[in-house]
Amino acid sequence: MRPLAPIGLFALLALPLPWLTGSGTVLNLATMVLMLATLGQAWNLLGGMAGQFSFGHAAFFGTGAYATAIVQIRLGLDAWTGFAAAVVAAVAMGALVGFASFRFRLRGSYFALVTLAFAEVARILANSLEVTGAGVGLLLPLAPGLDRLQFADKAGYYWFALVLCTAGLLIAARIRDTRLGARLAAVRENEEAARALGVVAFAVKMQAIVWSAGLAGAVGAFYTQLFLYLDPHIAFGPQVSVEALLGPIVGGTGSIWGPLLGAAVLQLLGEVTRALTGGVTGANLVAYGIVLVLIVRFFPDGMIGLGRPRALDARGVSG
Amino acid sequence: MRLEVEGITVRFGGLTALADVALTVEPGEIAAVIGPNGAGKTTLFAVISGFLRPQAGRVRFAGQDVTGMPPERLCALGLVRTFQVTRPFAGLTVRENIAVAAHLRHRSRSEALALAGRVAERVHLADRLDRPAAELTLAGRKRLELARALATEPRLLLLDEVLAGLNPAEIAEMEPVIRGLREDGITVLLIEHVMQAVMRLSDRVWVLVGGRIVASGPPAAVVRDPAVIEAYLGPGAAERLEREGALAGGA
Repeated sequence: MRPLAPIGLFALLALPLPWLTGSGTVLNLATMVLMLATLGQAWNLLGGMAGQFSFGHAAFFGTGAYATAIVQIRLGLDAWTGFAAAVVAAVAMGALVGFASFRFRLRGSYFALVTLAFAEVARILANSLEVTGAGVGLLLPLAPGLDRLQFADKAGYYWFALVLCTAGLLIAARIRDTRLGARLAAVRENEEAARALGVVAFAVKMQAIVWSAGLAGAVGAFYTQLFLYLDPHIAFGPQVSVEALLGPIVGGTGSIWGPLLGAAVLQLLGEVTRALTGGVTGANLVAYGIVLVLIVRFFPDGMIGLGRPRALDARGVSG
Repeated sequence: MRLEVEGITVRFGGLTALADVALTVEPGEIAAVIGPNGAGKTTLFAVISGFLRPQAGRVRFAGQDVTGMPPERLCALGLVRTFQVTRPFAGLTVRENIAVAAHLRHRSRSEALALAGRVAERVHLADRLDRPAAELTLAGRKRLELARALATEPRLLLLDEVLAGLNPAEIAEMEPVIRGLREDGITVLLIEHVMQAVMRLSDRVWVLVGGRIVASGPPAAVVRDPAVIEAYLGPGAAERLEREGALAGGA
């Protein structure tokens, strides 16, 4: 089992950032990086480790985001209960999507399409149901305080995001270093061979999607606490699903540090693009697209693979 | 463990791949199914190992009816197969590949990795333990198939052409490995093209031709069976050979 020291070191080094910088922009950017890194990590647990590429992680993110808002606004409960409910609801959503897809052996693009469909159905439901505020969305009253998981200054949210990101790293490292990680890798590389060796592919994929959905739901809850406003497009829109998979693919799928690296690179790139183009809407997406093409073409293992030599034919061998 | 196969019939559309196939492998035996290409050998393995459900017939393993049971459950019961077309987990190292199989009976990662090392030694893969499986040669990949199957600690091992494509030196290296399985109480059923190896290894042979068993018995007797000779060399071949006295020299 590999030591968890690098994760501890990362958390320790990232901890004092709010005291080191007075710039709100830097802190905002860092918070966004940590949030998207965690969302990317959630995707990575399923897409990177188990090889099941989801195109609908918005379904889990949005479920978590709405669950915490509904628990607080409609039921009048506290934000911590809301946060717990977000994780539980997202896990349930993950189990539902997983059962519907893996039970019927959907793989590859079929799986991706089913996840996308679930996210879209959730978006349409959120758009029409009263409990989710329909098209108007939900507004959480502003009331800073640790008990409400709202913070008066940016540092509070930064640390909140750092906790989530660290938790994501620990979950990923734990899965990687145990039997579940070995079995997920086997299913990713060759599902039939894995089954021949006694791996119950359905069961391990269910575990992966449940962890993945739970973490994505936690990020959704964080989003609600940070922006205090939700609508169906923000929570369940395809943009969220794209953000979830872009970071890990750019950074490196299957690696526990890939999502963080990818999120940092993409967010910085977004900032630079914004500065260069004077804030043209969508310019950052164009830059993302170019980077994605370059990465997929030249570094299929992501940026984390840059320093690591690897057999050229590692992906090409099948028989 | 005893494997009993009876009345197995598999049809793909209009094509009958297997017709009423029956065989029994006794515990501790090394048995083989031979036959020309397209005879249905791999289809038979797919049925026994749970990858394919037959239209008719039963498979019994250790007294239990396991027909149509999924491969992962059969593997847990101790019935495991290798693939003729090797299927390494290409992105993982050799050790990690074998450890996946070792995890079937060992939860702990370190235990599984240690067992992987011991199994690799046994099939002469120890020097490649930490290399990516994608780098292995064909012989290496065949060994990896065997190693992974062994790491599940099976009671019955189905080996699908683990010797095909190897050179004579590599075959000579693998033969004792397969023979050694018997000492561990593992029953072995081979599908093999390399006839000489089959003759030396097997206690009993079934000949599958066109989806039917045409002969069975000890290898030395089976190769003299006219039905077998015709299956391999064409109709009338046995008679021609007889006339030319080619059989006089023995197999």
